[in-house]
Amino acid sequence: MTTIELRKKSIEYRKKVLKYIKNANAGHTAGSLSCIDILNVLYNEILNVSPRNFKDNSRDRYIQSKGHSVEALYVVLADKGFYPESELESLCRFQSHFIGHPTKKIPGVEHNTGALGHGLPISVGNAIAAKMDDLDLKVYTLLGDGELLEGSNWEAAMIAAHYKLNNLVAILDYNKQQITGDNEEVLNSAPVAEKFVAFGWSVKHVDGHNIDELVAAFREISLRESEKPTLVIAHTIKGKGVSFMEKNIKWHHKVPSDEQYKLAQEELQASMESLSKAEI
Amino acid sequence: MKEIENITKEGVANLEVFSASLQKLAEKDKNIIVVTSDSRGSGKLMPFAEDYPDQIVEVGIAEQSLVGVAAGLSSAGKKVFAVSPACFLTARSLEQIKNDVAYSDNPVNLIGISAGVSYGALGSTHHSLHDFAVLRAINNLTIVAPADNYETEMAIKLASEMPSPVYIRFGKKAMPTLSENKDFEFGKGRSVRKGKDAVIIATGETVFPALQAAIALEEKNDLQIGVVSMHTIKPLDLEMLDRLSEKYSVILTVEEHSVYGGLGEACASYFLQNKKPVKFRIMGIPDEYTVTGSQLEIFEHYGISEEGISEKVLELIS
Repeated sequence: MTTIELRKKSIEYRKKVLKYIKNANAGHTAGSLSCIDILNVLYNEILNVSPRNFKDNSRDRYIQSKGHSVEALYVVLADKGFYPESELESLCRFQSHFIGHPTKKIPGVEHNTGALGHGLPISVGNAIAAKMDDLDLKVYTLLGDGELLEGSNWEAAMIAAHYKLNNLVAILDYNKQQITGDNEEVLNSAPVAEKFVAFGWSVKHVDGHNIDELVAAFREISLRESEKPTLVIAHTIKGKGVSFMEKNIKWHHKVPSDEQYKLAQEELQASMESLSKAEI
Repeated sequence: MKEIENITKEGVANLEVFSASLQKLAEKDKNIIVVTSDSRGSGKLMPFAEDYPDQIVEVGIAEQSLVGVAAGLSSAGKKVFAVSPACFLTARSLEQIKNDVAYSDNPVNLIGISAGVSYGALGSTHHSLHDFAVLRAINNLTIVAPADNYETEMAIKLASEMPSPVYIRFGKKAMPTLSENKDFEFGKGRSVRKGKDAVIIATGETVFPALQAAIALEEKNDLQIGVVSMHTIKPLDLEMLDRLSEKYSVILTVEEHSVYGGLGEACASYFLQNKKPVKFRIMGIPDEYTVTGSQLEIFEHYGISEEGISEKVLELIS
């Protein structure tokens, strides 16, 4: 896809994330908007994953460790054809499989996540298994920055470096905010890059909303000959795309009112139209 | 008495049987993977590591990741045995067991070594008297405490074939063969000795003193006491509980676990909710700071011994 097409997809995904959160009257609004460009690039440009090959052991793996941003994942998986988008109408409804965190009951979801600090150790297990089986695949896992406070991440970071898991790519959705407020005020995890470098990882910084930078970063990693696991620090903005939600911590898991919903959709539609004009 | 002959037949630690069983499995199947948390020595897995270096993953002293990594390996098709002292495996890694193994239905075999009070004088940090209780409350987990070498060998073999997660815990004390009864399947109690006056339902390394007590009660008091190894704590063999409650009016449970939430309370719950009119007592480790000492000293202090169990049976019968 072209950059413009991918940028349009991101806007389309953002509109849908808000639509289904509004419909469910629940969801992690700002975090889903923060990571959606990363998921867009992974699923549309990078991952060797589709409904056709999902049972094939040689597929790439995507594990969403920051499971609370599940609405972003649900919208992208629907777009990739894992299930009809209409199923998202049941999000968070009684007896629906579409619950507020990823589960394997949803086609396309690799692992049950939701409790923080679980995705990286599981991804390490997947990456070790791939090496044992000589499978040329990559394991991608999306971490939240608040999540980095969980000690299990640092255990797994050491294990990944020890086993030279160059088939493991962790992506940090680095919006620098968590439920209570700014990371540095709640419990400062900075400097993240230096810590991972000290733990034996390669670290790469990208603008997590710049499609070209994301594509280039992931392509470069897949060609790189290194023995190290890689952390992509994607600098993002919580609530990205809707001006009144951006960097405003109250949108962590707030559902928009009717008026706010209308304003948000209008703003996203305007962004879409200005992109279309730019195309002409 | 056949039981007396059997009980004197020497055995080895269930831990030794576990490591030998894994060797056998690994020889035939390269998908058998052992994950350790700097626990290969405690788990008697040094020979395994030497013979199958490509089938062991060392995660270091990191029990949360031991289970998380094991779940990742399992989801990629490996037959995984995650091995760590039961005290750490079922406490520090509890959330990984709940979410990454049980809830995610990754058929990891969780092996809790040196369980119960096996570590004796190392103290409460190293005891696992909570594991049955916490794991029983987690859906999709079979919980097994084999009594003797035969049960351990069978448990490891069956676990390797199970399509769902299993927790197996045992100690490191040499265990004699307790019965020639070769019926072993998960979820079915194993009759170790037949009786008529009372029955002792025991599990893991407490089946041995239960059997010693039953033999002593026959010799000294002319009582016929049945003994069952209820190796599977969950799913509990409810059919057997029905049969036992019909045959016996006196039932005693014995376990190397807190009296809260283990085998005893599982049986009590079933008997009470199904209106079984039995005289019933639970023996285990009481809810207090556990006395210090070796495993056997702790057992004796709390009456988990030939004498202590005999006394409790006599008290109940009278």
